[in-house]
Amino acid sequence: MKSFKFSAVNNPAEAITLINKNTDAAFLGGGTNLLDLMKEHVALPNEIIDIGNLSLKEIKATASGISLGALAKNTATANHPLIRKNFPMLSKAILAGASAQIRNMATNGGNLLQRTRCSYFYDIATPCNKRNPGSGCAALEGFNRMHAIFGWTRECVAVYPSDMSIALSALNANVKVLSSERERIIPFQDFHILPGAHPEKDNSLQHGELITAIELPKNDFAEHSAYIKIRDRNSYAFALVSVAAGLTLNGNTIQAASIAMGGVAHKPWRALNAEAYLKDKAATAANFAKAAEAEMALAQPLAHNKFKIEMGKKALINALETAFKGNI
Amino acid sequence: MRSETQNLNHLKQGDCTVNLTVNGEQKILQVQPWVSLLDGLRDHLNLTGTKKGCDHGQCGACTIICDDKRILSCLTLAVMKNGSEITTVEGIAHGDDLHPIQQAFIDHDAFQCGYCTPGQLCSAIGLIKEGKAQTREEVKELMSGNLCRCGANVGIIDAIMEVKAGGGHE
Repeated sequence: MKSFKFSAVNNPAEAITLINKNTDAAFLGGGTNLLDLMKEHVALPNEIIDIGNLSLKEIKATASGISLGALAKNTATANHPLIRKNFPMLSKAILAGASAQIRNMATNGGNLLQRTRCSYFYDIATPCNKRNPGSGCAALEGFNRMHAIFGWTRECVAVYPSDMSIALSALNANVKVLSSERERIIPFQDFHILPGAHPEKDNSLQHGELITAIELPKNDFAEHSAYIKIRDRNSYAFALVSVAAGLTLNGNTIQAASIAMGGVAHKPWRALNAEAYLKDKAATAANFAKAAEAEMALAQPLAHNKFKIEMGKKALINALETAFKGNI
Repeated sequence: MRSETQNLNHLKQGDCTVNLTVNGEQKILQVQPWVSLLDGLRDHLNLTGTKKGCDHGQCGACTIICDDKRILSCLTLAVMKNGSEITTVEGIAHGDDLHPIQQAFIDHDAFQCGYCTPGQLCSAIGLIKEGKAQTREEVKELMSGNLCRCGANVGIIDAIMEVKAGGGHE
């Protein structure tokens, strides 16, 4: 690990003042991703600002839903009674990610900021536009079995790794962000971004901004929601494909569907075509299959990941059926 | 398997003071900020029971208990844990009396080479304290962060199931 200057801060204002002084400084939350990237010389901050002591750890009910402190741990969030009861798909998504030890360390804000696990991004001997802008994408013509089928560009075919964020996308979460000038709310759909020509940016957070909370608006599909994750081994592996789904039902009629996919794009992929197809339709196996077809018809696979199209369809159908049955 | 503390390019200036309670004893570490908690325990406190496997959070060999939670000491900087209470494998027995999970590992052939064992033991103690795993399948899922390349996993799960059922002093 490269040497760096270290300081620990006690309040958000102090953290923001410090980071504004140095464009090469980074906040340290749980450290589970940043420290690994620093050991690999992928992340090279020359200053670390430890925000672990900030009191942003509360999980509480608000007038509009539930607020998750940015520094609440993933385990505490997944096991919180309010989350288990009102947002079971979030609980399930968090527990489908990483290992028990990592979830004990990782923070909610940090989970959103996880960087891709593309092996070329991690290997500093290979070209990667995300790590080294302008150097090229080794995955485009390389081993791209794990990579994107939606929204990629020739500059970057990486996928975003978080499970938690897939559920947060389907839950229409809002990210509360503080800077020296203002507090702002970033709707989840706008938080992570597609690679475009600048894959070095994963999200719309600016330097000097600190995530303080993630807000979950109330919904009426807690009892009809699901998180399905498909991976190479049954635990402690990143998703090949995952689906978070919630169904607002009136009897057997779907009033609205909220669906997001993981493992398929540079950001949580909101399945808008499947959602549009399902609106006001009967909750039948045939309609679930047609919705899945509608979404996956847009996929553009790479040389080694065509299987994700069929897997995506099956995962969508599985998630919709699970949500409909109501056994999360 | 280089330790960051063995990198002689770094001068002593910039050391941070980290106060820890390790296995019930007060310890003061003087370390550079980039020293992992794992290297701090092993190289500075000479507690080499905690093992460095991958050093990237993938194998679980470095698992310790910090403020009652099982965590990975390789993905933690020592400076992040100032004031914390830490238990390593050296601190789980009561004098000459093995911790029930240690005895169960022996009884169930739950290790071969032993390299992953300190992490498995600390992780198992954390799992039992959490109280979330009831079935064998749940124990397997919640122990998936600890790899055993000798393939002693069946014995490891057997040992944990026995201690969970038998109580012990946890």
